Amino acid sequence: MPLLEGDPLSFPRVIVSTRSMSENRTGTWRTLRPVIDASKCTGCLICWKYCPEACVTLTQKVPVIDMNYCKGCGICVEECPAHCVDFPAEEPV
Amino acid sequence: MKKVLMGNHAAAVAAALARVQVTVGYPITPQTQVYELLAEMKLNGTLAGEFIAAESEHSVMAAIYGAATAGARTFTATSSQGLAYMHEMLHWVAGARLPVVMVDVNRALGAPWNLGTDQTDSLSQRDTGWIQIYCSTNQEILDSVLMAFKIAERVMIPTMVVLDGFTLSHSYEPVDVPAQDDIDAFLPPFKPELTLDPKRPMTFGALVGPKDYLRLRRRMAADMAEAERAIDEVGREFGERFGRFYGQLDAYRCEDAETVLVTSGAVGSTARAAVDALREQGLAAGNLRMRSFRPFPAQALRAFVRPGMRLAVIDRNYSPGAGGIFAQEIKAALYPRSSASVHGYVAGLGGGDITVELLQEVWRRVHDAAAAEPEPASWVEDAR
Repeated sequence: MPLLEGDPLSFPRVIVSTRSMSENRTGTWRTLRPVIDASKCTGCLICWKYCPEACVTLTQKVPVIDMNYCKGCGICVEECPAHCVDFPAEEPV
Repeated sequence: MKKVLMGNHAAAVAAALARVQVTVGYPITPQTQVYELLAEMKLNGTLAGEFIAAESEHSVMAAIYGAATAGARTFTATSSQGLAYMHEMLHWVAGARLPVVMVDVNRALGAPWNLGTDQTDSLSQRDTGWIQIYCSTNQEILDSVLMAFKIAERVMIPTMVVLDGFTLSHSYEPVDVPAQDDIDAFLPPFKPELTLDPKRPMTFGALVGPKDYLRLRRRMAADMAEAERAIDEVGREFGERFGRFYGQLDAYRCEDAETVLVTSGAVGSTARAAVDALREQGLAAGNLRMRSFRPFPAQALRAFVRPGMRLAVIDRNYSPGAGGIFAQEIKAALYPRSSASVHGYVAGLGGGDITVELLQEVWRRVHDAAAAEPEPASWVEDAR
């Protein structure tokens, strides 16, 4: 049985990482995918405001969702006043 | 300078003397005056640090977690339901090894509603990884908050300073408040090795595997053992500077005591009066006050106990299905080598009075029992 007796007690108190959290692509967690219908979008910015991942960008009138980080939580689908975000299932990998 | 302070104000004054950089708070009876006085001091310029009014106790500890990670000396206070609501964040702060100091003013947990003092709130946080120190006077509250910063920052473990609701929190006593210069000499500024810094980006608390997790907890265990020494050493240093000495245990007239009242918190002061009364009747009584509960002072306790000694443990707390919590831990610490017997008494839950008379009755009952066979938890109250 491996005892930890020989393991130094100088083990650090905390472990930190210097790697960027942007490498952590949480989009792989998604099972449902938000799709904005550009013809119905009013550009009101509610989806940008409510996105908890801050992965909705506003470079044009119709927002763009960064699928590398969108976890598919569906908050934008629920909050969109124009009901223009569809939420189909992701294709199984 | 001598001042007349309520327990809550003694805690707030100590935090300001410790030059806390970030105070976060949320009101809850009977702790609110700690938070109110600090807010007032912030307003009149006597508290230099930041003061944040949060929207809940969970948010309080979350904000403290951020501030302490950024390298600030941090302080807060809470009670009862507020502490329970904070529970998740207590684990985060301890695991992140942040030397936060928090005052918990003991109050009974619902249901049903009750505002009286009861230690079950703080004791049910025993496995979160916080040091816990229990106070018996307002002077000890002020001194313990100051010492808590030094202990916490030495071992990098957050520290909870616990006091009895109303009995201490709202009672006025004379308190010697040291001069700021003397406090500064005792407690230098907090200088952590690692801090949140935009110039050196780092991720704190990111996912680790079981090999590292086990070793992080083992390191915490080693630092908790170090905290036992730190509590005694800082208490001694404090005594050399300010004339009031502290440690993990506080024994009163125990040299030749055959039966000892074991107490924690404000009951410790009452127990001294009970011991004096019993001594006047020629009885070999003593009081052992447990100042620290985490780390549990097991070594100090084993050194204190003599063969055949009877310990009458007064628990103003209760773990349903198990008994008084101090009694359980004392039994575990003394098992199996000690011939001392441990007798558990649950009393004063929900703010009931634990009087000098009641403590004498408990002492006599334990002392006069025919056999030293410990009883399971006995429930008692003062009939007067």
